[in-house]
Amino acid sequence: MKEKYEAVIGLEVHAQLITNTKLFCACSIKFGSPPNSNVCPVCLGHPGALPVTNKQAIEYAVLMGLAVNCVVNEQSIFARKNYFYPDLPKGYQISQFEKPICENGHIEVKTAEGSDKIIRIKRIHLEEDAGKSIHDQGSDTLVDLNRCGTPLIEIVTEPDISSAKEAYEYLINLKQIVTYLGICDGNMEEGSLRCDANVSVRKYGDKLGTKTEVKNMNSFRNVERAIDFEIKRQIEILEEGGTITQETLLWNADLNEAFPMRSKEESHDYRYFPDPDLMPIVIDEKWKTKITSKMPELPKVRRERFIKQFNLPEYDAEILTSTKDMADYYEAVLEFTDDYKSASNWVMGDISKVINENKISIKDFSISPKNIGKLIELINNNTISGKIGKELFEELLKSNIDPEIIIKEKNLVQITDSSELENVIDKILSSNSIQVEEYRNGKEKVFGFLVGQVMRETKGKANPQLVNEILTKKLKG
Amino acid sequence: MLPYKTHTEKIRLIQKAQLSLIENVEFFLSQISVHKDINAFNFLFDDAIDRANKIEQKIKEGTSGKLAGMVIAVKDLLSVKDKPLTCSSKILRGFEAIYTATSIEKLIDEDAILIGKTNCDEFGMGSTNENSAFGPVLNPLDKLKVPGGSSGGSAAAVAANFCDAAIGTDTGGSIRQPAAFTGTFGIKPTYGRVSRYGLTAYASSFDCVGPIAKNVLDLALILKIISGKDELDSTSSESNEIQFPSQNKKYKIGLPKEYFKEGLTEEVKTGIEITIENLEKTGHEIIDISLPHSDYTIAAYYILATAEASSNLARFDGVRYGLRNEKIRTFDELYNLTKTEGFGKEVKRRIMLGTYVLSSGYYDAYYSKAQKVRRLIKEDFDNAFREVDLIISPTAPSTAYKIGDTVNDPLQMYLGDIYTVSANLTGIPAISVPYQSENSLPIGIQFMASHFNEEILLDIAQQITE
Repeated sequence: MKEKYEAVIGLEVHAQLITNTKLFCACSIKFGSPPNSNVCPVCLGHPGALPVTNKQAIEYAVLMGLAVNCVVNEQSIFARKNYFYPDLPKGYQISQFEKPICENGHIEVKTAEGSDKIIRIKRIHLEEDAGKSIHDQGSDTLVDLNRCGTPLIEIVTEPDISSAKEAYEYLINLKQIVTYLGICDGNMEEGSLRCDANVSVRKYGDKLGTKTEVKNMNSFRNVERAIDFEIKRQIEILEEGGTITQETLLWNADLNEAFPMRSKEESHDYRYFPDPDLMPIVIDEKWKTKITSKMPELPKVRRERFIKQFNLPEYDAEILTSTKDMADYYEAVLEFTDDYKSASNWVMGDISKVINENKISIKDFSISPKNIGKLIELINNNTISGKIGKELFEELLKSNIDPEIIIKEKNLVQITDSSELENVIDKILSSNSIQVEEYRNGKEKVFGFLVGQVMRETKGKANPQLVNEILTKKLKG
Repeated sequence: MLPYKTHTEKIRLIQKAQLSLIENVEFFLSQISVHKDINAFNFLFDDAIDRANKIEQKIKEGTSGKLAGMVIAVKDLLSVKDKPLTCSSKILRGFEAIYTATSIEKLIDEDAILIGKTNCDEFGMGSTNENSAFGPVLNPLDKLKVPGGSSGGSAAAVAANFCDAAIGTDTGGSIRQPAAFTGTFGIKPTYGRVSRYGLTAYASSFDCVGPIAKNVLDLALILKIISGKDELDSTSSESNEIQFPSQNKKYKIGLPKEYFKEGLTEEVKTGIEITIENLEKTGHEIIDISLPHSDYTIAAYYILATAEASSNLARFDGVRYGLRNEKIRTFDELYNLTKTEGFGKEVKRRIMLGTYVLSSGYYDAYYSKAQKVRRLIKEDFDNAFREVDLIISPTAPSTAYKIGDTVNDPLQMYLGDIYTVSANLTGIPAISVPYQSENSLPIGIQFMASHFNEEILLDIAQQITE
């Protein structure tokens, strides 16, 4: 039954900008400070206090606009969005309404079928965040205004998204872009990225259906689930001959269901009008050029460069550039080794495993890129074997010191002296005469067993190639 | 009486030890106390004497600032750190400002002595000073009359010799009209010349801070000090420094035909006519001009100013400071009860009007249209100032009203703003110069000039005063 329908989805994403100070005052935006400590007359809404726009926030918004192919408006204006709530000190939020800072951009996402699809961005606007109301500590509502005035950009798409999976892909891309730009930490669980979805369904070829807005999804997966839920819910209603009510629903992640908001809460008339306290934002060519010059390499470009410059498989490039931090780490390793593929393997394999297990960012990974680079070189120049390499990695996790010191102290240097190895091999052959017999009778699998015995005897330090050579010679000879 | 006329004379007397600054402040305080019924002050500052003592020392040592010892009253819409700030509203009862307004900081830096906070119409909304939680202010020249508003307390304090000068604010005429009603000098600077930081906003795109004084020299001196770009106010601007006293120039003065049609009382008309004659006699040129959109100024002003006010006054909600009804149980009650109890009638009227004109479905018909009218009025003035240096008009259509006269007729009160609101709609500077006719209260002669031309306003004021 679902095949008859298509979903039409638009997303509104709020991204908290990691500027030094709030959007309209000099207060810090630091997370986790004691309640109501990062506040001043401006963000407390004291009588007579006036907003002054943070230039860094404007630059961040423009950077985002440029990164997603938007037109940067030469002039944009702040507007007041009027409503009453205890965590909104002024009784209005300074936002943008008629002339946002950026318009008409797009992002490319991969569809389920693996093709590229353009999601158009309608607008990006700057606004201030509200404070936090805390309702669960006794009967009173407590208000913390530390967050109040934190700069946000709202990124609004056209209704170009046609599945929950696509919405998920869009968000992943968006997160990648904001983190690459260094303008937002992209953390949905902590609320530094927030997403609302407008969802409607229609039979193919029909005109647009009535949309609902789904809010309160606090992870990428929840966005996907909530949209899937809402598409199914709407189709079920239509199939039963019902009609969709235009309303706002709140996602409940515990119950895996979205519930309508009380209608009173959404019947706002925000009475937007230009904020007379602020002059229009004017971004002339000179300023735009200056901002453009601060544009870092974006994920897509970096991915392509990795494929070309380091001759990496697409898969490797994709994973290595998935976060800016990982790509930076990878390139830092390459300052100490030219073995691009080994470096990629280490980063995607052993290193990723450790950071995932410990739920840390690669930025907080204890082994320096330099020591990983050295580790790769030590293997490649036969100082240690690959197996010892893994051991050395474990040692480096314990203490991030020069790998050469570790291998000397722990006596991990590979045995490449053939006479020393011959002695070991002779000893192994004589004490495993049954297996030697089996091999000579054509059971070639036994070769691996014998190699293993040699490695055991040498505590893994024997040069595997040399072991192979000598063993073959002795068995056949 | 005071032994000096201007601040320069005052300083000289102190330097020569012919005037004690402490006694001077004590004199003002005693006058305030004797004439308590005028009700010009909401609060007096108890550190004024202390400051007088310190500043007198500085004057004698020659290290004092440009306003050393000038005793100034501050309208209770402006923040002074650790002092009460009420805006003459019940909703801010008990509130103390946590910072000082930029304009006031500049006065303090130049060693002025702040004597107290003056009464005004609640949040600057009114033209009679009757809309105050502290009760009406009486006109010192005739206690049955209003002093004008909203800076009624400031003007009354200057006229009654409660201080040397006062700071007022002017959103639609609130400095000039009380100056006219009390026979004092008041100037509304160009929008942006004086920082609004610390001025409780009524209508942000109109609000201006300016002085009220007994003579043009003091007026110019204070204006010079409080002027200047402020990093804390994005709408403030870099401006030319005011050169005053200036060169006694002859000006082309425009007389808008739309301003003299009807509603003007006989004494105001006569006062203006005599002033014009004198101006011509002294070599100025009077030119008939037209400001075609004058009929729409009051409507445009009250739509735009109340729209901004409805948003500006939203912050008074009892959540963080000020009045809060303790019976509240829900969010709705928090807002409803606090605002119902805290705001006066005129403030409520303007909030409702402003909310209405911004409402969806009405925005285009009112707010947008009024913005267009505002632009047209600006063009009228731009055109006029291509022909003339100054525009002359009465400050108000009549002398001070009787107390109670407009209380039940707000429209009548709004119409009294006809001559003053244009300067706020267009952002240009305007001055009110007192004219004393024989058998009535004083009237105000208003001059308007183009943006940042305060200098010529002060010059013409000085010329007609001499």
